[in-house]
Amino acid sequence: MFMLSVGLMAGCADQWNQPYTDEAVGSNTLFTAFSAPPKHLDPVRAYSSNEWQIISQILEPPLQYHYLKRPFTLEPLTLTEMPSVRYFNAEGEAVAQTAEDLAYSQFTLNLKPGIQFQPHPAFARDADGAFIYFPLAERQAAQLRSPFDLPELATRELTAADYAYAVKRMALRQNHSPVLDTMMNYIVGLREFSEQVSAERADQPREAFFDLRPYQIDGVEVVNDHQLRIRIEGVYPQFMYWLAMNFFAPVPWEVEQFYAQPGLVARNINFNTFPVGTGPFYLAENNPNLRMRLVRNPVFHEQFYPESGLAYNMPDTLLRDAGKRLPLLDEVVYTLEKESVPYWNKFLQGYYDASGVSSDSFDQAVQVSVSGELDLTGEMAEKGIQMRSGIEPTVFYLAFNMLDELVGGYSESQQKLRQAISIAVNYEEFISIFMNERGMAAQGPIPPGIFGHLEGEEGVNLYVHDWVNGEYQRKSIDTARALLAQAGYPNGLNPATGRPLQLHYDAVATGPDDRARMDWMRKQFEELGIELVIRSTDYNRFQDKVRKGDAQIFFWGWGADYPDPENFLFLLYGPNGSVATGGSGINSANYANPEFDRLFEQMRNMENSPERLAIIQEMLEIVRQDAAWVFGMHPRSLALYHSWYHNVWPNRLANNSVKYLSVDPELRLQKQAEWNRPVVWPLWLTALLILVLSIWAVSAYRARQQQRIQPQSSNTGGRNA
Amino acid sequence: MMWVWLWTDIMVWGLVVALVAWGWTISRSPQVKAQWLAIFRSKIAMASAIILLFYLSIALLDSLHFRLALPDQTPGQERQYAGQTTSALDWVFNEIRSQTERTYSAPFALKEHSSSIVKDEAGRVLQQHLDLVHAGAHLADPSQRASDITQKSLFAVAVALALSGLLISLHLAWRARALGRRFGEQAGLVIKGKADLPWRTAYLTFSLGLVILAWLYYLGHYYHVLGTDKVGGDVLYQSFKSVRTGVLIGVLTTLVMLPLALILGISAGLFRGWVDDVIQYLYTTLNSIPGILLIAASVLVMQTIITNNPQWFETATERADFRLLVLVLILGLTSWTSLCRLLRAETLKISQVEYVTAARAFGVSRFKIITRHILPNVMHIVLIAVVLDFSALVLAEAVLSYVGVGVDPTMHSWGNMINQARLEMAREPMVWWSLFSAFVFMFILVLAANLFSDRVQRVLDPKNN
Amino acid sequence: MMAYIVRRLIYAIPILIGVNFITFVLFFMVNTPDDMARAQLGAKQTTPELIASWKAERGYDKPLFFNAEQPGLVKLSDTLFVEQSLKLFVFDFGKSDAGRDIASDIQERMWPSLAIALPTFAIGLITTITLALLIVLFRATVLDTTAMVIAVMIMSISGLFYIIAGQVLFSKILHWVPISGYEPGWASVKFLILPVLIGVFAGLGAGTRWYRSIFLEEINRDYVRTARAKGLSEISVLFKHVLRNGMLPILTGVVVVIPSLFMGSLIMESFFGIPGLGSYTIDAINAQDFAIVKAMVFFGAVLYIIGLILTDISYTIFDPRVRLS
Repeated sequence: MFMLSVGLMAGCADQWNQPYTDEAVGSNTLFTAFSAPPKHLDPVRAYSSNEWQIISQILEPPLQYHYLKRPFTLEPLTLTEMPSVRYFNAEGEAVAQTAEDLAYSQFTLNLKPGIQFQPHPAFARDADGAFIYFPLAERQAAQLRSPFDLPELATRELTAADYAYAVKRMALRQNHSPVLDTMMNYIVGLREFSEQVSAERADQPREAFFDLRPYQIDGVEVVNDHQLRIRIEGVYPQFMYWLAMNFFAPVPWEVEQFYAQPGLVARNINFNTFPVGTGPFYLAENNPNLRMRLVRNPVFHEQFYPESGLAYNMPDTLLRDAGKRLPLLDEVVYTLEKESVPYWNKFLQGYYDASGVSSDSFDQAVQVSVSGELDLTGEMAEKGIQMRSGIEPTVFYLAFNMLDELVGGYSESQQKLRQAISIAVNYEEFISIFMNERGMAAQGPIPPGIFGHLEGEEGVNLYVHDWVNGEYQRKSIDTARALLAQAGYPNGLNPATGRPLQLHYDAVATGPDDRARMDWMRKQFEELGIELVIRSTDYNRFQDKVRKGDAQIFFWGWGADYPDPENFLFLLYGPNGSVATGGSGINSANYANPEFDRLFEQMRNMENSPERLAIIQEMLEIVRQDAAWVFGMHPRSLALYHSWYHNVWPNRLANNSVKYLSVDPELRLQKQAEWNRPVVWPLWLTALLILVLSIWAVSAYRARQQQRIQPQSSNTGGRNA
Repeated sequence: MMWVWLWTDIMVWGLVVALVAWGWTISRSPQVKAQWLAIFRSKIAMASAIILLFYLSIALLDSLHFRLALPDQTPGQERQYAGQTTSALDWVFNEIRSQTERTYSAPFALKEHSSSIVKDEAGRVLQQHLDLVHAGAHLADPSQRASDITQKSLFAVAVALALSGLLISLHLAWRARALGRRFGEQAGLVIKGKADLPWRTAYLTFSLGLVILAWLYYLGHYYHVLGTDKVGGDVLYQSFKSVRTGVLIGVLTTLVMLPLALILGISAGLFRGWVDDVIQYLYTTLNSIPGILLIAASVLVMQTIITNNPQWFETATERADFRLLVLVLILGLTSWTSLCRLLRAETLKISQVEYVTAARAFGVSRFKIITRHILPNVMHIVLIAVVLDFSALVLAEAVLSYVGVGVDPTMHSWGNMINQARLEMAREPMVWWSLFSAFVFMFILVLAANLFSDRVQRVLDPKNN
Repeated sequence: MMAYIVRRLIYAIPILIGVNFITFVLFFMVNTPDDMARAQLGAKQTTPELIASWKAERGYDKPLFFNAEQPGLVKLSDTLFVEQSLKLFVFDFGKSDAGRDIASDIQERMWPSLAIALPTFAIGLITTITLALLIVLFRATVLDTTAMVIAVMIMSISGLFYIIAGQVLFSKILHWVPISGYEPGWASVKFLILPVLIGVFAGLGAGTRWYRSIFLEEINRDYVRTARAKGLSEISVLFKHVLRNGMLPILTGVVVVIPSLFMGSLIMESFFGIPGLGSYTIDAINAQDFAIVKAMVFFGAVLYIIGLILTDISYTIFDPRVRLS
C-alpha cells in the first residue's frame, strides 16, 4: 500500500515531500510558520507577539518604527508628519512644557489623504448607496468560509473618525482591551466615556452591533476628515510610542456592523478572525488550526523601501531594494507548526524560508566564532543559509519576593544573601548550555538598545561581575560563599535549624527541556550549600502565586512595549507591587525602595538627556545593591534564512516588517529540488524482499498441501516448547 | 543513616510480602501448584520470569530509601542528615552518578559531543571538542581506549561468570537436596534439559543477565557506557533509575485496581438488582469518558493539590514520589472497569451453577459463597488481566509523560527520557543514545512481560484446555 | 428493534449527566473561573475589572452546583452546572472561551481526524486479517512461531518509538514524505501516508495475534474438518469457512471502536501536525478552555454509547440467534 502510494507520487513531482504545490513555491510568496494559533486578531485585544506578527501586516496605526535605524526611531505611517504636541493649563491656555499649572498635552495627528482600506464586502454599496451585504441572508452567510467568498468588494478612504472609533472600541469594557485601564490614566475623559458606554452596551444583546459613533470622548476630537486631536493628562511623552501600537489602528464602523450579523458569527467570521485595515496585506485565509494566508492589498497606499538609515555595522545588501514600492511580496503563507523538530527539519529542507527555533536545533547551525560573535557552521554555510542576530529588548530575571521573610528584606545581611545567590546562579553557563550562546548575561534591568543601558566598564554590575581585560567576568563562587557566610549562613547551613538553608523555586514546567533546567538551577544553589526545592506548576497557577506574593524565588521575563527605560524600571517601582496593588501590579518582586521610587517619579516623564541618564544610573546602583533580581540575561534573537530570502533585519518593535521582505522564487525551487531528492533504492529493496518472501511462501504452501495427504492432528501449533 | 519510607516503597514492599504469603498458600494447594509449574515448564516463560525478576530486584533495590548522616558532626548534638534522599541503588551507583560531565557525550566517548570555544595560553580562541572530565580519565593516552575496554570487559565478564557459577551451584545443590538426588545427578539432568523445569534456560538467562549487568556497572565507572545527557548526567544511571518507575506503575496500579474490580464485579454479579444497576452505571459512565482525557484531568487536579500544599513534603523526592503514587491511584481508578465487567459476567455465570444455588438454598452465607465458590473460580481471569495490564501500563507511562500528565518531570522515567529525546533526534549529528537506552530497557521489560503473560493466559484460560 | 434503540438512548441520558458531572468536578477543582479568564485574556496587565466582565459575559460568575441566593428549586437550576450541561443535550456546544463557535470547529476538524483514523482502521483490519489467515495457513510451522514472536515484539515497543523512528527515517533521511502538516482534499494523501503506515504497523502485533486465535478456534471445529475431509484445498477451507465464521467475533469486536474514530488520535495528530479533534482536545486542556473540554468529553461519550448500541445491533444482524429485547 505504502509502496503503491509512494510510487504514484513519484509520477507527480520531483520532490515527494513538498508540502505545498509547485505553483505556490514558484510564485512571489513567503513561506513561514506560526507555533500557536493566535487567540485574537482584533487589535483591541491582541497583545502578544504571535498575534501582532499577523495583524501588524494588516492594520496601520498612525506611527511606525523605522525599519533600519538604531536606536529605535519612530516615523509617521499614515500621517503626513510626526504628531505635534502642545501643552495647556486647566483654563485651556497654551503653556510651556515645564509650566507649573500644566494640565494636559494635546497631540495633533494629520492624516495623509487618499489612504484606502482593503477591499471588503462590508464597504460594498449598491447604486442607491445602501449596503449590499447588510443585512445578509442567513442562508447565504451559512455557506461562507471567509468574507471574501462574497462577490462584491469595495473600499473606502481612511478618515480621522476611524482612529477615534478605535479608541472608543477600546473603551468598551465588553471588548476586554488589555490597555484600557492604563489608557484611562492618560486620555482625557476616557474613564467617564468607558463607564457610560459599557453600561449602555450591557443592556443590549451580546452579539448585536453597538454603534459607537454617536458617543464622543472628551479628549479625542475629530477636527476634520484628516485631522485628529488627542488630549493627554499632564505630560506623557511615551504616548508617542503608544501611537505605534495596534491598539491605535483604525477600525471602520461598517465592518464592525457587517460582522455583527448572526449568520457570520456562527461561521466564526468576525473582526477577530478577519480584521480589516489599510495595511500592505489582507488576511485572505484564516484557518488557525492549519494555515493563515496574507495577500497583497491591491489598493495599498504609496510607501517605499527606506533609502537610508542603515545603522553602523549593517550590510549594504539591506538597501538592495531601496526606493522600491512596498510591499515586495505578493503573498505570505503562515503554516501552523507546533513542534520545533518538524519546523527545523522543514527549514533545512527549504520549505520554510526562515527559521527561529529552539536552542537544540541551533546547536548544529550556529557556533561562536573566533571574535566571540555567533557564526554559522560549515554545513549551514554550504547550504547558503544566512543569519541575522541582535540582542532583544527583553530581560529575563530571577526575582526574589522582597516580602518573603527569608530572601526578602532590606537589611545588609539580607542583601548579601541575595548578592551571593546572584553570583552563584551562573547565567553565562545557562546561556551556554540552554541558549547555545544566544544571549548575554544582564547587568541590570535595562537591555541594550534602550536608553539608560551602558556598555563596557560603565555598565558593569559590580556586585556580581568584574571588568577584567575588556570583558565582564562573574565573581568567583568563593566570593559568593563569603557573602553567604556574612549573611549568616556559613556553608549554606541555616543556624536556626542546623540544616542546609532551604529555598523554594517556583517554576513553570511545560516542555521536556524543563527538567534539565530545573536540575541546573538546583546545581547552582548547591554550590552554595543551599538546598533548592523546586515547585513546578502550570503557568496559570504560577502567575497566581506570584501575584499573591506566595512565591519565594521565580523566573520571569519582560519584553519592551516601547523603547524607553521607564518601560523596564517600572517593573521595580514600589507602587506597582503585585501585593500592594492586590494583584494587578507588575512589580512581581514587590520591590519597594523609597529612594528608587522617588528617582523613578522624577525620571519617568523626562526627555532623554544626560540628567535622565544620571538618574537612571543612580537607580540602577540602588537596585543592584539590593539585588531584588538576579539580573538574568537578555536573549539574542537569531534569524536563520535561506539564500533566496532578502532584507531580513530583526526588529522586535517594528512588527510590520513583512512588507520590506522579498524572495527569489526561482532559486528556491532549484534549491528545494536539490535538497530533497528522494532516496529510492530502499523501495526496490523492499519490493525484492516481498517478492522473495511470497515465492517462498507459495512454495512452502505447496509443499504443505502435498504433506497434508496424511491425516494431521488438530494441534493449534505454536505451543512454545 | 536514617531510613525513609516513601509511600510507594511501603506499597511495593507490602506487595512483596503479600506475594510471598500468597506463594506459600498456593504451594499447599496441589492443583494450583501444578498450574504454576505448568506455566514455568515453558522455556520462554522461564527466561521471561528471570528477566522480570532482574527488573523487580532493581526496582526493589531502588525502593530502599534513606538519608545519609552529614559529615563533620559535633558529637553529643543531635545527628544531622542530608536533605537529599538516596536509595540503595543510588548508593550502589554512587560513583557513576556523581561523574557528571558538562553536556552531551556519546557512549564510550572521551570528548564532548559538541564543540566549544576555548582560549589557549597564548590567548588564541580555538574551537574544539573538550575532554570529558570523568570518562577515560584513567587513560594516559586516548589511543589505549580500545584495549582498555577489552581488558575491562573481560574482567567484568569473568567476575560475573564466577559469581553466577557460584549461585547456580548453590541452587543446584538446594534442588538436589529437595528432590533427594545427588548434586551430579541433578546437574546432569539440567544440562540434558530433562529436569522437572527448564532450569538450563533459567541458568543461562541468569548468567547472561548477570554478565550484562556486571559489564555495564564495571565499565560505567570508567566510561559513560550509554553516554550523557544535556546537562552531563549519565544515561546508564538514568536508565536504571527509570526501572523503578516503570515497574512500580505496572505493579502498583493493579494493586489499586484489583480490590475495586473484585468487590464491585462480584457484588454486581451476585447481588444483581439495584446494586448491579448502580455498578453498571458507574462503569459505563467512566468508560464513556475518553480515557486519556479522564487521566489527564485527574492528574492535573492532583498536581494542583500538590502544588498548593508544599508543606506536605520535606524533600523533592517525597514530592515526586507522591505524584507517582497519585498517578498509580488514578490509573487504578480509571482502569478497573474492564476487569469489573469480566468479573461480573463470570460471577453471573457461576452463581447460576447448581451447586452454588444449592449452597444458597441451604443458607450458606454470602461471604462463604464468595470465598468458597466464586473467588477461586474467577482467579484465572484476575491473573490474566494482571499480567496483561502490566505491559500496557509500562507503555502507557511513556505516552502520559509525553502528554505532560505522567510522572513528575524531575523523576527518572523512560517516558521523560523519550520526551527529551525527541528534541535530541533533530540534532545533527543525532543524539541517539538517550532514546536508544530508553528503548532497550523498556523493550526488554515489556517483551518479557508479554511473553510471560502469553504463557499464563495459555495455561490458565479454560478455553485453551 | 426500534423500541430497544429508544430504550438504550433513554438509558444514555443518566450516563451523560454523570459524564458531565465528572467533567465539571474535575475541571473546576483545578481551575477557578478567574484562572480561566486570565488564561484567555493573556498574561500582560489583566485587571480585576477585566476578569469580572469576562466571567459575567460567559456566565462563569454563577455558583457551580448550588445557588444559595435563589429560592426553592432554582437554587439547583440557576447554577453553572445546569446552565452549561442542558445545552449539550441538544448538541448546542456554544462558543469556546476564546470566542470561536465550537460546533463549527468540530465540523471542520472532524475530517482530518477521520482522514487519518479511517484508513488506519480499514487498512489495519485488512492487513491483520490477511496476515492472520496466512499464519493460520502455516500453523504449527517455524513461520507461525516466528510470526508470533515478531508479533509480540511489535507489541512490546512503545508507539512513540515508531513515530520518532518513522519520521527520522522516511522524512528526514529518505525524503519520501513531508515530515508533518496537512492539506484538505486529495493533497492530504502525502501527509497521511506515514502516520497511517505507522498506525497500521503499531497495531499489527496485537491484531494478528487476536485474529489468529479466533481463526484457530474456528479451524478446529467439526464442520471445517468435514470440509477438509471432502478434499477442499486448504485455501478454500480458510476463505469459505474459517474467514466467514471468524468474521462474526471480529466484526462485533471492532464495531464498538468505529464511532470513536471521530475523536481522532491524540498522539498521531500532535506529532504530525494534523488539525484534527485529538489535538483540538489536548490544546483545549492546555489552554484551559472549559467550553471545548466539556463539549469534547460529551461528544466522546455520545460516540462511545453509539458504539455500544451498534455492537448490540451487529450481533443481531450477524447472528440470527440473538434477539434484542
